[in-house]
Parts: sequence; structure tokens; C-alpha cells
Amino acid sequence: MISIKNLHASIGDKEILRGINLEVKAGEVHAIMGPNGSGKSTLSSVLAGREDYEITEGEVIFNGKNLLDMAAEDRAREGLFLAFQYPIEIPGVSNINFLRTALNEIRAYHGQEEMSAKDFLALVKDKSKLVELDSKLASRSVNEGFSGGEKKRNEIFQMAMLNPKLAILDETDSGLDIDALRIVASGVNKLKSKDNATILITHYQRLLDYIVPDFVHILYKGRIVKSGGKELALELEAKGYDEIKKEFELAD
Amino acid sequence: MANEILEEHIQNEYKWGFTTDIDADEAPKGLNEDIIRFISAKKSEPDWLLEFRLKAFRNWKNMVEPQWAHVSYKKPDFQDIIYYSAPKPKKELASLDEVDPEILKTFEKLGISLEEQKRLSGVQSNIAVDVVFDSVSVKTTFKETLAEKGIIFCSFSEAVQEHPELVKKYMGMAVPPTDNFYAALNSAVFTDGSFCYIPKGVRSPMELSTYFRINASGTGQFERTLIIADEDAYVSYLEGCTAPQRDENQLHAAVVEIITHKNAEVKYSTVQNWYPGDKDGKGGIFNFVTKRGICLEDNSKISWTQVETGSAVTWKYPSVILKGNNSVGEFYSVAVTNNYQQADTGTKMIHIGKNTRSTIISKGISAGFSNNSYRGLVQIKKGASNARNFSQCDSLLMGDKCGAHTFPYIEIKDKSAVVEHEATTSKIGEDQLFYCKQRGIDNEKAIGLIVNGYCKEVLNKLPMEFAVEAQKLLAISLEGSVG
Ligand SMILES: Nc1ncnc2c1ncn2[C@@H]1O[C@H](COP(=O)(O)OP(=O)(O)OP(=O)(O)O)[C@@H](O)[C@H]1O
Ligand SMILES: [Mg+2]
Repeated sequence: MISIKNLHASIGDKEILRGINLEVKAGEVHAIMGPNGSGKSTLSSVLAGREDYEITEGEVIFNGKNLLDMAAEDRAREGLFLAFQYPIEIPGVSNINFLRTALNEIRAYHGQEEMSAKDFLALVKDKSKLVELDSKLASRSVNEGFSGGEKKRNEIFQMAMLNPKLAILDETDSGLDIDALRIVASGVNKLKSKDNATILITHYQRLLDYIVPDFVHILYKGRIVKSGGKELALELEAKGYDEIKKEFELAD
Repeated sequence: MANEILEEHIQNEYKWGFTTDIDADEAPKGLNEDIIRFISAKKSEPDWLLEFRLKAFRNWKNMVEPQWAHVSYKKPDFQDIIYYSAPKPKKELASLDEVDPEILKTFEKLGISLEEQKRLSGVQSNIAVDVVFDSVSVKTTFKETLAEKGIIFCSFSEAVQEHPELVKKYMGMAVPPTDNFYAALNSAVFTDGSFCYIPKGVRSPMELSTYFRINASGTGQFERTLIIADEDAYVSYLEGCTAPQRDENQLHAAVVEIITHKNAEVKYSTVQNWYPGDKDGKGGIFNFVTKRGICLEDNSKISWTQVETGSAVTWKYPSVILKGNNSVGEFYSVAVTNNYQQADTGTKMIHIGKNTRSTIISKGISAGFSNNSYRGLVQIKKGASNARNFSQCDSLLMGDKCGAHTFPYIEIKDKSAVVEHEATTSKIGEDQLFYCKQRGIDNEKAIGLIVNGYCKEVLNKLPMEFAVEAQKLLAISLEGSVG
């Protein structure tokens, strides 16, 4: 699905990603954990094609294509989806209109014709059920005035609508109450298939009780310093980052 | 990145920049009483109208061009303009088939197919169009259908011939010939335009529309529109404009007057797309227009909606004089400036009657090196008890080389008035654009989406067909200009 090799990225003269290696295959769920400021969101932004970062080294192959050569919108159209840590508000543009535009742009890219209004509305109905999204939110302006939790839920709703191959969820669990967490997690689980993959960025083991990862990686100072199975998350939860920090301080 | 964006934008051409090769009947360049007599004679006008023109001209000679607007440009040389240019008609036009095929082709390019209009005539509710080409009205569609209801919709010249009493009674009522420099000039040299009269108790069964097109080079366009809604009448009126691409600036100084009687309502919508000049600010139309309505009697309503994307310099303040009690004035505006365009636009709401209400919603969008100003006056006269005004003026900036300015003036002479003013300035953020791109929506589409969202309150006021056109136009005008 995606293969990241020795990825380096910096902003100004500050290097934030310092040699990331990660291989995600179809059907897998990977969790990335790591202390604040370690570069998790930067990694997801760089993969999604944000232009603020300079890629100084490395290669990313996404479904056989060179991801770093593609424009951000083409990466999305190729099936890469990012659930933002801080979803953006777009006043005056309804969620529905936004998604319809997005969906049809993606379809056009694949040579498919526009989805009919009827089919589209049926899809909205179906997918909003999946994350139990209030139907009022679907017709409101994109994220405008949404509560923190509503914004996160809306990200997963959009993901369900766009049906990506690779979804990167950047702290989608933070800000969700217990019930919402369960609903969102079950939505993600239902969308999982042998043909798609998920990267979960999170601080909390709790999410991983609901969405069980195949692999857990620890990102520290721009590098993946440790990888393991789901037990690595439990270990972290118990011990915190102290040991990791000690072990890798010298490598800084 | 900024450079790339500019590059992209530079390649964005004005898509209506063609000229039509037709035989034109022109006056010599320059302006004096003889030219005015020439125009008046060409149009076989009655003496009172020639007098009206000459009086306006004599006043104009003593007036100076207004300097207060937040625009700068090389003042036009009024002796270097052709004041009359008519496509040479072969004879009186009784049907569409007799219109010069070159002209018809032009209108097809503009997206108004008169053929289409003709074919659909009577089948469903449609739009009646009057087309003004350079200075002369070429063809009014649906005239017969409208006549059945007693609606008069024709060119201004025709109205002068056929309904002189109406023209004489109402012309200059909302915009006196000495109102301002450009209104005076127009009053002296206007050549054509549209005339519309909706009789008592009649709701116009279709939208009435005028398309203006400047074609010949070195010409100015000075059209006049007069709309009268008698008691209990209603009409929705549309105006569209385009001009060819030229290196020199061309002057457009129009006058639009609206008069509403008791319980009458006029909705006037404009999509203004005069040639804005090239990326360096060369050429483009100077659009100096006086538009004013007067709610003459009680419970009447005048509503202006404008989407302004064209012109090198715009100077335009569609206003309403709220004379009748309980009358309502509205102004909904989107003004887009890009490259080196300059717009100084807004409205005046003059409250005279009791319980009069006005609403002002203005959305300015500036990109490139442009300057976009809102200028508005809300005036509550003494005795205008319980007057209400709500104004909202928003500015959206794209990039950091453009300017947005707001000049709201408020004069209250009656203590019972309630006047509210809100203003915001925002920028299209990289974050918003990236969010859209991450969902598969490219830059152009994203800007279109965001801008249309921003202008929604105004676009919603436009009739359907026009709203779609306006949305497209907004996207085109802003192509490639990212903040
Ligand atoms: N645009 C930027 N300009 C300057 N520094 C930046 C920028 N973006 C990220 N950084 C820095 O890069 C580092 C990594 O940030 P990032 O947001 O990727 O961390 P994170 O792992 O997602 O943290 P958190 O767990 O708090 O979300 C931080 O030190 C941050 O301040
Ligand atoms: Mg983060």
C-alpha cells in the first residue's frame, strides 16, 4: 500500500522528520504513538502533500506510484485520506456540497461520471448512520461552529463517504467522549477491509482497545525508534516515554 | 509559490474579448452642442428632450469630475470619444431574422441566443431580453407577450417615440440631470437603453433583461434605463454587460432610474463583466454609473443586487430614496477586483418616510494588486420615525498586495432610528485550501467553493439562471489568485 523510505523533511533549517521508514500493507492497521512534538502530524502532512515542508531526502511509494511527485489533490484522488488533528472550518460551504464536489472530483479523476443527486443522498444517509452523525451537521457549513467532538466525527464521516485506500487518522480520538469514541471506532472497523489500510496516530492505548492494530510504532524526534505488536502500546501506557527518551537521547 | 500563482493568473484571459465586424454609423469624435443636436436628430427626438440634453450639457461644462473616490486613473479626454455609434440598420427591424447576422453571432458567443429565446417563446416562463449594442438597442424579445399584460418593455428611443408622456414624466425623477458629473454627461449624450413600465396591479410573468455590449473602438457607452412600477406592480429586472479587449480605456457612464408607486416592487439584478484590462492594468472599461431608485409611495420596495467582476475602474452606488412610508430598500453586492482593477462601490439609503427599512449586504473580494472599497451612506432624515437599517460589509483578501477599504457614513436626524453596522475582514487561508485539496478538490475549484460560500447571501438573491452565471464568473475572475 505505502512504503516510506528514509524520509527527511524540514521547515526552515529545522529538520523535523529525520529518516522515517515504514511499510504498510493492504488490510493492516498501524498505530503511531510518540510524545508531543515528535513529528507525527508533520509526517501525516508531508504524506498528504502540504507544501510548507521541504523534503530533503527519501522516497514514498503509494500503490506503485511516487507519492512525493503528486499534487496534494491527486494524492487524495489516488485514495489517501487524512483525518485532520484540527479540522478546518469553511464558512458558507455546506458539508454536503463540499463532499459532493470532492466525491465527483475523485470520480472524474478515475474517469467515472458524476454521481446522481439521488445516489449521493442515499450514500450520505447510509454513511452518516455509520458514525451516527446528526443529519443537521451534514447540511451545515463545513466544521463551522462544530464542537471539537463533532469535528472529529465529521472527519470519519467524510472518510466513509470518500472510501479511501489509506486513511491516516491524526488523533481522531482526542476530544471524543466515551460513547463517541466507541461509535467512531466501530465506524472505522466497519470500513476496514483487506483492500485498505489505516494509520492511527494516537496518544492513548484506549483507542487501540477498540481498533486493534497489527503494528505499533513509536516516533521520537523525527524517527521511528521502536516497533512492535499491540503489546507495545500497553507497555508505553504503563511506563511512559522515559525509557525511550533515555535510550535515544544520545542519538539526537 | 506566489510567483507560480501569478504566472497562472496571467494566463487567465478575458473570455469575452472579441469584437464584431459590422458596419457602424458613427458620429465624429468630440463633444459640443452640435454633436448633441446630431444625436437628438438621429433619433428624431421631440424638442423637450433636446432641451433636456442641452441643459444637462451646459451644466456639465461647469462641473468637475469627482475626486473623492478611492481610485486613481488617467482622466478620460472627453473630446476624444465617439458619442454615437450605431450598427447600420438596413431598415426597420420587424423580426429577428432581419438583425445583422454578425450581431446575432456576437450574442451567441455571449451565451444569449435570441433564436433560442424566440423558439421557447410562450412555452414556459422565460426571460425577455433587450440588447444594447454600442449605443443602439438591437432587439427586444417577447414584446408581444408582454404587451398582452400591458407591460411596456422596449428600447429607450422607442419609448421616446411611442410613450413620450411616460418618459417625460419620470425621466430625471430619481437622477436629476445635474446630479453629478457623469449623470450630467449621460443626460446630455445618452443614446439608448431600456425602458420598462409595469401597469397597475400587474406582476411581470417573466424576468426582463438587458444585455449591454460595447463593440466599436473609441466609443463611449451612455445608456439610460428607466423602470416604472405602478401601484401593486412587480418586476424582476436583469442587466448584463461585456466589452471587447482593447488597449485603451473606454468610458461607460450609464444612468438607471427606478420609480415605484404604492405597494410596488422592483428587483434589479446586475452581473457586470465589462473588460477589466489586462494583467498590467492596461485597457479596460471605466464604469462610472449612477443608479438610483425612488420608493415614491407607501409600502413599495426596491432591491438592488449586483455582482461586479469587470471594469478597470468602477464607481457605482445603486441607491434608494425611501420616500413612501413603510418602504423598503435593499442592496446586495459582490464586488471582485483582481490584477490592477479598482472598485469604489456601495450604496446610499435615504430614509424620508416613516417606518422605512433598509438592508445593505456588501461582500468585497480583492486579489492581485487591486483595490476594493465599500462606500455607503445611511441617512435618516428628520421625521423618518422608526427607520431601520442593517449594514454588513465584509472584505475577503486573497494575497497581500491588494487592498480592501470600508467607508461607511451614517447621518441620523431622527432619534427613533435604529442603525446597525457590522464589518469583517478575512483571508482565504492556506489551511482551507489544503483541506479542500486533501479531499481531492483542486485549487481553482476550492477557491470557487470558498468564494461562493462567502458570497452566498448575495448570490441567493439572484434569479436562478443569473446565479449560475455569476458563480462561474466569480470563479473565472479569480482563477489562479491564491492568498
Ligand atoms: N509550520 C511549522 N513551523 C515551525 N515548526 C513546526 C511547524 N510545523 C511543525 N513544527 C514543529 O515540528 C515539531 C513536530 O510537530 P508535530 O505537529 O508534527 O508534532 P506531533 O508529534 O504531531 O505532536 P502532538 O502530539 O502534540 O500533536 C514540533 O516541534 C513543531 O513545533
Ligand atoms: Mg500532532
